Amino acid sequence: MSVLVFIDQADGHIKKSSFEAASYASRIAENLGTQAEAIILGKTEDAPASLGEYGIKKVHTVDGITAMDSQVYTSIIAQAVEATGADVIVFSNNTTAKAIAPRLSVRLKAGLVAGAVALPETANGFIVRKTVFSGKAFANISVKTAKKIIALNPNSYHVVKGTGVAEVAAFNANVEVPKVTVTSINKVTGEIPLSEATIVVSGGRGLKGPENWGYVTDLAKLLGAATACSRPVADIHWRPHHEHVGQTGLAIAPNLYIAIGISGAIQHLAGVNRSKTIVVINKDPEAPFFKAADYGIVGDIFEVMPKII
Amino acid sequence: MKILVCISKTPDTTAKIAFTDNNTKFSNEGVQWIINPYDEWYSLVRAIELKEADPSTLIHLINVGVADSEPVIRKALALGGDEAIRVNSDNADSFSIASQIAAVAKEGNYDLIFTGKETIDYNGSSIGGMVAEILNLPYISHAIKFDLSGTQATVIREIEGGEETNAVQLPVVVSCQKGMAEQRIPNMKGIMGARTKPLKVVEPVATDVYTEVSSFDLPPSKAGVKLVSPDQPEELVRLLHEEARVI
Ligand SMILES: Cc1cc2nc3c(=O)[nH]c(=O)nc-3n(C[C@H](O)[C@H](O)[C@H](O)COP(=O)(O)OP(=O)(O)OC[C@H]3O[C@@H](n4cnc5c(N)ncnc54)[C@H](O)[C@@H]3O)c2cc1C
Ligand SMILES: Nc1ncnc2c1ncn2[C@@H]1O[C@H](COP(=O)(O)O)[C@@H](O)[C@H]1O
Repeated sequence: MSVLVFIDQADGHIKKSSFEAASYASRIAENLGTQAEAIILGKTEDAPASLGEYGIKKVHTVDGITAMDSQVYTSIIAQAVEATGADVIVFSNNTTAKAIAPRLSVRLKAGLVAGAVALPETANGFIVRKTVFSGKAFANISVKTAKKIIALNPNSYHVVKGTGVAEVAAFNANVEVPKVTVTSINKVTGEIPLSEATIVVSGGRGLKGPENWGYVTDLAKLLGAATACSRPVADIHWRPHHEHVGQTGLAIAPNLYIAIGISGAIQHLAGVNRSKTIVVINKDPEAPFFKAADYGIVGDIFEVMPKII
Repeated sequence: MKILVCISKTPDTTAKIAFTDNNTKFSNEGVQWIINPYDEWYSLVRAIELKEADPSTLIHLINVGVADSEPVIRKALALGGDEAIRVNSDNADSFSIASQIAAVAKEGNYDLIFTGKETIDYNGSSIGGMVAEILNLPYISHAIKFDLSGTQATVIREIEGGEETNAVQLPVVVSCQKGMAEQRIPNMKGIMGARTKPLKVVEPVATDVYTEVSSFDLPPSKAGVKLVSPDQPEELVRLLHEEARVI
């Protein structure tokens, strides 16, 4: 018995959300009186042994994997589950996990909770809390199967960093030929991925036009934040689609969400209302966003923002 | 070409979220039901576009749900699609739903199976991947663009901080999101035509159930907003630094 966490990487570096998943997996292992192990596919510049700082006892590495294919990844992880005897498998709930975890669930006959926000309750069964209704509510999901898969939402569990060095062992997996070929990857370099950001600065139609986005991007740069926008802003191509947050865009939960010129429609709030602190800057004191905010300034963007930045 | 489009029914985005039966069931009271936006705006419309490009294409819609799903299925048929299949099951477990879809898909021999990125109520993002695994098909999630050339598909999918282009041979399961197509509104001809399109009801196959909702709850409400004067925005900076400790 053990807990196995999938460590995701991008450009040779372990993703921040994977450290959260590692800390989370270690804590589950501790609660179950077992140990947490990790699996990492492909080469990393970060030393796998450093996952020991997050409580991981052993890291299984598989070399020679360069592209993500859900079938190939699922097969390798299933082999690692078999080899380690893991009965809880943890992912960070990102686009990689969303491609693999459902497949793995079927393959292992393991119930999947995608979007977990807390440690499982194991006193009476195995119950995992997840967000539903795009963050407007929570559901406590009882997992009935012997093996369990949890995909933890980014920014939902604190990274716990200590000292410790994990044992690293090459895992000898049987690697299938992928049916999907990745022909190119196009990354916006130098930007913080929205789903992993701890601070997000977001703009709405109140900014009047893309030429005024300097208020958003300059503030974001200053704070080391990612940028986001409301749906109409993406629809009219003032900003790229991947910045659209809300019920039909990305749901995020940063520590700080700063909304500039966004009214706070229910569909927008659905994607951001789990942010720990919300700041709203809007000239309309009746804007619904103020009801969901922690701090606010009722004022004109074009007067207030120059004073803040 | 045969395309299967998965259609789920979700509460309208403005629906009041409340629970009954000791917080174990979603309260339907006064709730308007809609086609899950990802299914309607992106996967269904992209399938319709593929049919427009190649009129020999057949589009089947599938919904796993009880009779009260039918208005939503008819609404989807009004946008497009040749016929719909409803698997008469009220089980909400993702694996169970995926098993029903996979059983129908297997019978129908589809070249392409489209799902939405996620349901806006359950937010599982799981069913597409599960269907693919049951059928041993490749799966591409978070597609923002889908093009076909013969039986070869080129799909662009969103990844953290960027995009990835994938090439794959049909059959394949694809989950669709923004970018795939532009939202459409059904026209009168579509609405009238939908009434007579076949809507088959089939009984569910026996499946395992992996998960169950034990209870729901709502997040605690906010304490209330603290307003800072627009003339002293530095006070906001101080509060964020010293009180909220987020910068
Ligand atoms: C099914 C469905 C799904 C949807 N999904 C989403 C979603 O995922 N995400 C999303 O964001 N929306 C979504 N929407 C749209 C949503 O309902 C709103 O229309 C949208 O969020 C409004 O965007 P906005 O706040 O930028 O613009 P507006 O509503 O136009 O608000 C602009 C705000 O800026 C303020 N303002 C204007 N000028 C100034 C100034 N000079 N200084 C300060 N403040 C100023 C105004 O007071 C106003 O509050 C969805 C809608 C539907 C029907
Ligand atoms: N009951 C259902 N019937 C048909 N398709 C469904 C059903 N539930 C979910 N789907 C499809 O699966 C996608 C992902 O759902 P989920 O895994 O619940 O987020 C949806 O966008 C639909 O396309």
